[in-house]
Amino acid sequence: MAEPEGLLDIDNLSVSFRTPRGDLQALRNVSLKMGKGEIVGVIGESGCGKSTLINSIIGLLPANTCALSGHIRFAGEDIVGMADRDLRRLRGERITTIFQDPMTALNPVLSIGTQMTAIQYRRNSSPREKQRRTVEFLEKVRMPDAEKRLGQYPHQFSGGMRQRICIAMALLTEPDLLIADEPTTALDATLEVQVIRLLRELQRDIGCSVLFISHHLGAVAELCERVAIMYAGEVVEQGSVRDIFRDPRHPYTRKLLECDPGRILELRAVMPTIGGDLPDLVHIPKGCIFRERCPDRFERCSERPPVETIRAGHRAACHKARELANP
Amino acid sequence: MLAYALKRTGLAVIITAISLILLISMIQFIPGDPAAVLLGPLASPEMRELFKQQMGLDQPAIIQIARFFGRVLTGDLGTDVLTNRSVLITVVEQLPYTLALIATSIGWSALLGIPLGCFAAVYRGSLADRIVGVLSVSSIALPSFVVAVYGLLLFSVRLGWFPTIGAGDTGAPLDQLYHLVLPSLAVGLGWVGYLARMVRASMLEVLSENHIRLARAFGLQERTITYQYALKIAIIPTIVILGMGVGNMISSAVFAEIVFARPGVGRLIFDAISTRNYPVVMGAVMITTGFYVLCTLAADLIAAGLDPRVRSAL
Repeated sequence: MAEPEGLLDIDNLSVSFRTPRGDLQALRNVSLKMGKGEIVGVIGESGCGKSTLINSIIGLLPANTCALSGHIRFAGEDIVGMADRDLRRLRGERITTIFQDPMTALNPVLSIGTQMTAIQYRRNSSPREKQRRTVEFLEKVRMPDAEKRLGQYPHQFSGGMRQRICIAMALLTEPDLLIADEPTTALDATLEVQVIRLLRELQRDIGCSVLFISHHLGAVAELCERVAIMYAGEVVEQGSVRDIFRDPRHPYTRKLLECDPGRILELRAVMPTIGGDLPDLVHIPKGCIFRERCPDRFERCSERPPVETIRAGHRAACHKARELANP
Repeated sequence: MLAYALKRTGLAVIITAISLILLISMIQFIPGDPAAVLLGPLASPEMRELFKQQMGLDQPAIIQIARFFGRVLTGDLGTDVLTNRSVLITVVEQLPYTLALIATSIGWSALLGIPLGCFAAVYRGSLADRIVGVLSVSSIALPSFVVAVYGLLLFSVRLGWFPTIGAGDTGAPLDQLYHLVLPSLAVGLGWVGYLARMVRASMLEVLSENHIRLARAFGLQERTITYQYALKIAIIPTIVILGMGVGNMISSAVFAEIVFARPGVGRLIFDAISTRNYPVVMGAVMITTGFYVLCTLAADLIAAGLDPRVRSAL
């Protein structure tokens, strides 16, 4: 699948954090491209660097970040090394983020209306007009009695409603890029489906690109066109949803898909897992990062694997990428 | 909000009533015969008996307590044994001096301590943060009577910048304010550090919360985030503590009023204890108790005004 006109181009991004044990290399040589209007999923288990990736894109890395290299080009401008002022101009204007836990994402002492009006501070419109837009977007996310509820506080809404408020807030800014950081993880299954449908519908409406971070394979398959698989701070495989789910080439992707409860057909007493633990990111082992846990490892795995292109847009970082085809 | 305010005020009334009853009951446990103390060693047994009858001291304790409570409710706090004046009037006369001292002390310490705490939290780990930290802890560690005595020695006696004694001329607010400088420095100094530490700690907690991250992700200005989004939450525990602190300040005021020879409730209580003027001690303690309850009530109402979760909780 050809990559459409670029909006976000992450090129060889590496990020390290200073810790008492030494520098923790949270992201290493991550490259990922996103086109305009495209929905890209990023899948990975906890600690694989998903949040660091988001924080790098929105320029909100923690204070103990000690090394940042590579490029994040957003609409032609490099975010890496950009002044705080310019970064802040991008945030909430061209790049907006929805976070994981809707229960804590909203300010508890400010009313919904206040918070949703506050984020429109860049618009040169009257408070009345801002409020009208707020109501309009709350209605778009199907908030009943939107106008009456403007004066209410976050604790008066349920989790699903709060996440819809967050989505409405994000869309109010009409971003070019919407980053959804596990927006459905804290919600129960029925709400999850609702939120994903809503996201897709609104994405069509506004035409923004969406970077959808999740560890829920089904949600990614449902929503995204392309997907990147992350493991221990590296993108190990990326490609179209179809390629990744039907013909995964990296052993980690293959194990991950085996573990997806949605794809397990027969009844089992024990759910499959990937044995072993994440490698220590302070003392990175040489060679392939997945080697210790890989069922297909062989002697060459002690060398760093090349990124093999399987087909247009489908790449995997494994020595055996060409061999590991599904029958 | 109205429902919360009514409930909280009702609670305050109950608390006041209970603490008054406890206070009144405590009189019963003061050792010694009040008649002997008040009439002196030369009084005859008949005089003591008559006095007891007049004061109702021959009645059972529970009736004495009920009577006293009834009188307190009508505003009768008894009579000053030495001057025969109404205790209520004596205390109320002294109250403005103490209130002025407490208000200026808490005022300047809040105006300085809260911004310092915010500043330290926003620039956490910086040199400025550490300096604020050291100064805060030092100011907390200094007892207010030490500050009072040394402040007096340095600024009044040696440098002559401020008056040594009194509360200033009645009807001359500037002169009264001038007389308040050193006492309020002594009473308020510890609070500057205390407030700075408290605000810093709760600001740091709030600033690390998810909703602040969301506000940043929406590109809101740091100023808006610090003062509107974070401080509004971080200030709530501080306000509640301030409510109790203002009540507690009465005890610091005792020292300041004695050292600076100021009139005030603290000094009134001190003098009344030295002269065994129990009705005045009782009356003054009752009034300060009521004041304490009022302060905590006000603090809770302000906190509820800031935090919608509290309003719907009680």
